[in-house]
Amino acid sequence: MTSPLAQPRSQTRPSGSSGDEIPARPPYRSASDPRIATLRPLAEGQGATASVATSPALPTKVEIRNINFFYGKAQALKDISLPLYDRRVTAFIGPSGCGKSTLLRILNRIYELYPGQVATGEVLLDGEDILAPGLDLNRLRAKIGMVFQKPTPFPMSIRDNIAFGIRLYESLPPPELDERIESALRRAALWDEVKDKLRQSGLSLSGGQQQRLCIARAIAIKPEVLLLDEPASALDPISTQRIEELIAELKADYCIALVTHNMQQAARSSDYTAFLYLGELIEFDETERIFTHPKLRRTEDYITGRFG
Amino acid sequence: MPVYLRRRLVNYIVIALSVAATGFGLLWLALVLSTLLVNGIAAIGLPLFTQMTPPPGSSGGLLNAIAGSLAMTAIATAIGTPTGILAGTFLAEYARQSRFGEVVRFVNDILLSAPSIIVGLFVYQVMVVRIGHFSAWAGAVALAIIVVPVVVRTTEDMLRLVPDTLREAAVALGAPKWKVIVMVAYRAAIQGMLTGVLLAVARISGETAPLLFTALNNQFWSNDLNAPMANLPVVIFQFAMSPYADWQTLAWGGALLITTAILVLNITARTLAAWSSFKQ
Repeated sequence: MTSPLAQPRSQTRPSGSSGDEIPARPPYRSASDPRIATLRPLAEGQGATASVATSPALPTKVEIRNINFFYGKAQALKDISLPLYDRRVTAFIGPSGCGKSTLLRILNRIYELYPGQVATGEVLLDGEDILAPGLDLNRLRAKIGMVFQKPTPFPMSIRDNIAFGIRLYESLPPPELDERIESALRRAALWDEVKDKLRQSGLSLSGGQQQRLCIARAIAIKPEVLLLDEPASALDPISTQRIEELIAELKADYCIALVTHNMQQAARSSDYTAFLYLGELIEFDETERIFTHPKLRRTEDYITGRFG
Repeated sequence: MPVYLRRRLVNYIVIALSVAATGFGLLWLALVLSTLLVNGIAAIGLPLFTQMTPPPGSSGGLLNAIAGSLAMTAIATAIGTPTGILAGTFLAEYARQSRFGEVVRFVNDILLSAPSIIVGLFVYQVMVVRIGHFSAWAGAVALAIIVVPVVVRTTEDMLRLVPDTLREAAVALGAPKWKVIVMVAYRAAIQGMLTGVLLAVARISGETAPLLFTALNNQFWSNDLNAPMANLPVVIFQFAMSPYADWQTLAWGGALLITTAILVLNITARTLAAWSSFKQ
């Protein structure tokens, strides 16, 4: 389990499923390698989830169970199972098209906006299956906030951007509404920059500020889970740093799922990391272990930049 | 070097040809506008806006025609705009992928390019013949039929320009679909949609053929929408074809008036569009 990176080839899988051993071969694997196309998903209790059970018991906020996802006939996710722990950041990493954003978009069922997209399996939020038919989607989305790759301020004032979400659920008297707006902006580390221009358009802010505005908007309605879909990939390094600091602060109160292309960001910001490849969950573990002692060769190849 | 010389020469020739072609096109526009200005300016004056259309041989103005045009344009816009915006919203927000939506879009495009005289004939057959007489209502309906496809098209185009991520962001907050459309998508597209409405108004304010078959004309002031009503395009048509010098002058004045109004509408539409793209 803890073989050093220097000798990855000595490592073997805990149970001997065929076809997925790490072969002694040159380190580089291209996506056209036929062996990669025949990868099997991890069986239950094997690898990923099993090892996590040994870490100190954490409350599981979201339990993803045997999720399959289809864009029309194309299968984008294959039998994904993993937990998201409360007050922890779980990063989803993997090359483009591996399904990490798709997985995130299942958690608030936003994929349903588009016809032909189907998810099977279960996602338990505090034990309740959110994929169940007849579930109140607006209530679900009140509990699960989302921030997108590109900042998406609404074409209205900074204040109204925050008030929009609050007004969907509560009709507060103006002083209380102002208070809620201020606390959301403070929580998103944006208050000091915008407190004198709350009536200005949200579009007048810089990209990094817009993204923090979107985070403020998401947390203003008091969700329990935050989904961050590459929240810093369109931002410069300084804005990225602020977003990462913000993630570190927010995890005290939320269960956070973070999709990122940036290995360093996953290593810095997350407690758990799930590595997805071609729609399969290859490895899920504590971030530290994934980045220092990955169990599988493919994980190591990806995080060290040999492919992807 | 000769290669570069040749390229430069070809470049100059092409530039010269392009400029000449542009100039040729603009020349006619300038001629039309200057003729209009020279002949029309003589008719512009207070009487034009305060007196009724005169019988041949006496002086008068275009007050009843101006008022009739404004009234019918306003009614047509009031009927056509909500219809067009709702249908455009349906196409952009509800029927984007559907077969039915594609059929509606195709039919709308046909209606958009249909000759306006056909719209006039249709309303003549459906309303004027059945009711038994020409009326301002029939004129307004004919103009509304011209407004609808323009507004449908611009509304749909403008809503499609609103990025899906903006809708997703609103949906992710738990907003129901109608709130996403009304509070987010419309807000993002409002200037473009207004521009479309203004362009539709500009288009119908010069339409003659549909009114010829529907509202016809009226020599006097009329408040009755069930009766024929005077309007600028038909008055211009009638007066310009007449042998009377007074009428011909008034026709020039009316033409100048419409042209100016359309110019103002177009400039407003452009300013709105520029303002919206600047804001985003």
